[in-house]
Amino acid sequence: MMDLFQRSIFEENLALSFFLGMCTFLAVSRQVKTAVGVGISLIVVQGISVPMNHLLYAYVLGPGALAWAGLGDVDLNFLRLITFLGIVAALVQVLEMVLERYAPALHAAMGIYLPLLAINCAIIGGSLFMVERDYDLAQSAVYGLGTGIGWALAITAFAAIRERLRYADMPRGLEGLGAAFIVAGIMSMGFSAFAGVSLP
Amino acid sequence: MALKQLSDPLIDKNPVAVHILGICSALAVTTSMSTALTMSVALTVVVTLAAGIISAIRVHIPNQIRIILQLTIIATLVIVADQLLQAFAFGMSQRLTVFVSLIATNCIVLGRTEAYAMHNPPVPAMLDAMGNGLGYSLVLMVVAAIRELFGAGTLFGFQVLATQAEGGWFVPLRLMLLAPSAFIILGLLIWALRAWRPWLAEAREFALREAKPEARP
Repeated sequence: MMDLFQRSIFEENLALSFFLGMCTFLAVSRQVKTAVGVGISLIVVQGISVPMNHLLYAYVLGPGALAWAGLGDVDLNFLRLITFLGIVAALVQVLEMVLERYAPALHAAMGIYLPLLAINCAIIGGSLFMVERDYDLAQSAVYGLGTGIGWALAITAFAAIRERLRYADMPRGLEGLGAAFIVAGIMSMGFSAFAGVSLP
Repeated sequence: MALKQLSDPLIDKNPVAVHILGICSALAVTTSMSTALTMSVALTVVVTLAAGIISAIRVHIPNQIRIILQLTIIATLVIVADQLLQAFAFGMSQRLTVFVSLIATNCIVLGRTEAYAMHNPPVPAMLDAMGNGLGYSLVLMVVAAIRELFGAGTLFGFQVLATQAEGGWFVPLRLMLLAPSAFIILGLLIWALRAWRPWLAEAREFALREAKPEARP
């Protein structure tokens, strides 16, 4: 379990080794402050949506999952993608309303990033990987949390580097996104070095 | 006019290299040219059909629920594409893992339907969408060609450079097949494009000032 947690944060970092959530990763990494905000929002959404989608897959969508309702031979697997999309969109909406009502300070800090996450591929991708790799409920909770933390870590570090890079003297065409990609590449190399780390 | 809608997104308004949309899959599936080609075809077909359908019913779509409606239509098309791949090219669908499903969250598709198909009749909308699909494909094929050629010495699986393992001279650069090289190649590609078309470079967020020599007392 510890191993899965560690692996989902570092070695299998969603942003840097699976390229998921790249659009958001590049678009909101101009400042560390916004990067931290979107990172925390992603941890929350990912931590809730992956186990939730697991329950849905295990009891409604998967092959033979409807056995409890006497429909053992129904396979709704093809509805997986559209259901996950709906769940994530609804979750984001509900989370925003709950935060606004009970934690206005938190809502002010991360409210504007929540809608962005509704169609973030890191979130949908996390749920799809969970299905593909057959995680059980506890594993998918750990995996959701781990990938969320990993993504937040990557975007925060990346934003910090980009903030420094803004005033660097480099060729005109490389400024901005060109350099951002190369920095991401170098960071990705660094993260892949974590593959050698193993916890007992 | 119609040709312009098709050709503009290839270079000057390229969705990947200029607008930086749809990066996730552009980086992930480019380890070999055959996966990149499959992904390109799937995305081009999905975006063209989605733009056509959404544009055809655009006057009936209530404004408040347009995003969720577009997502539903796109997701349906993506599921069809995914099921077709699983039925007729199972090996390829295994190699693409979740990335075919992730076309549904690809910003290019939602971007084209939201920005163009919602306000234009079906034929120009489909042309525009197809142009963007082809622009995406172009970048994917270029990145995949570089990665596959230098990473394994092959193109589409055919041996081009004789590798050392088979008695040739070429030592494959394994790094090309790993994640970091995808980022770096795309970064260099963007640099090349912006050097060729300087007006695409980003505006600076700050102004440079000439340093004045201090007046000596």
